[in-house]
Amino acid sequence: MLRKFFASRWGIIGTGAFIGVFAALLQRWGNPGNMGICVACFERDIAGALGLHRAAVVQYMRPEIIGFVLGSLIAAYLFKEFRPRAGSAPIVRFVLGAFAMIGALVFLGCPWRAMLRLAGGDLNAIFGILGLITGIWVGTWFLRGGYNLGRAQQTHTSVGWLLPLIMLGFLALMLLYPQVQGEPKSGVLFYSIKGPGSMHASLLIALGVGLAVGTLAQRSRFCTMGAFRDLILFRQIHLFSGVVALVVVAFITNVILKQFHPGFANQPVAHTMGLWNFGGMVLAGLAFALAGGCPGRQLFLTGEGDGDAAVFVLGMITGAGFAHNFGLASSPKGVGPHGIVAVIIGIIVCLFIGFTMRKKVA
Amino acid sequence: MSNMVDARGLSCPQPVLMTMEKIKKTQKGEIAILVDTDTSRENVSRAATSQGWKVKGVKPDGTGYRIMIAKK
Repeated sequence: MLRKFFASRWGIIGTGAFIGVFAALLQRWGNPGNMGICVACFERDIAGALGLHRAAVVQYMRPEIIGFVLGSLIAAYLFKEFRPRAGSAPIVRFVLGAFAMIGALVFLGCPWRAMLRLAGGDLNAIFGILGLITGIWVGTWFLRGGYNLGRAQQTHTSVGWLLPLIMLGFLALMLLYPQVQGEPKSGVLFYSIKGPGSMHASLLIALGVGLAVGTLAQRSRFCTMGAFRDLILFRQIHLFSGVVALVVVAFITNVILKQFHPGFANQPVAHTMGLWNFGGMVLAGLAFALAGGCPGRQLFLTGEGDGDAAVFVLGMITGAGFAHNFGLASSPKGVGPHGIVAVIIGIIVCLFIGFTMRKKVA
Repeated sequence: MSNMVDARGLSCPQPVLMTMEKIKKTQKGEIAILVDTDTSRENVSRAATSQGWKVKGVKPDGTGYRIMIAKK
């Protein structure tokens, strides 16, 4: 009964609506502007907390991400859907993850945040969303031509457990080395004193919302990339209705909470370079399409035991390290010194992957 | 069985793409589709229904499912 509900149109709409309400509320409870939830930004913050990059303003072990994976793991076990699997071109997934992150950080947000930025009145997000759709459209062109990454194999249960265990380890580090007011470091973990990394809801709230979203999204297969892909490829609106629900409900909640501020200039954690808001998301959208899921979906898949999705996630966290160490990530001032080159290289790499990995499904 | 799609181990959206291709070629009759995740089971069933095919049954098969779809 419950299983049927989540697979239904109302299941996916409910999940989108839940994310919309709680993303807006998380912002009220302390998360950065129009960043109640952002998978790319939060994984970037995690990379910062671990010291994989040293951008002082974006370092925080985001409990939402930990919750997404563990919530999905719990749901997968409850509904007997935990299936350890791996082996479908892991290196390609790693590279796609890294470039997806670089593209997202040129725009300053994953597809979730693109929607949340729009719902908060940030009109720069329109360029990002158009870029996202363009990237996914190119991806569907490859899919129609037979692009695929080959079959995954069933594997040991522990393979599926590795990323959830890493997340549990991150949670343990956070409890062991909690933030000390005004200090940039606690034990091995880095914390931001100012900037977006310093803005966060309390650990329990963030983890709780993360667990709930992880559970719902595992059940309903919520995916922002799949939403546009299925619309373009199959004219199917199932997943798309979830994304629409997210935007509409986040918009309404923002209006109620007085968090809706329409315009282009001075939007929180955003820049106004339209072309590169677009270009960054073309790269991210294409990489997500070639990897088969948006960054949120990849986290939920890892909770179901998908070791290939786990490699994509690790690729994203590594990509965040490169993005900040190499000056690829944007800031409110505009794109980073090497951001544009990185987007161009990333698109070339994705096209190489798309053109050369076709058919051969034995 | 000739009308069979083996989509085991393949991730989104491959199982649906393969099913759609088979549906186009077959026009009517019966098709068996092997998948190994619940997401694929739902997606394939949804796609088949949207093409006017009926899901006649879903049976466990190994660690996955065998989906039977048909159109008269």
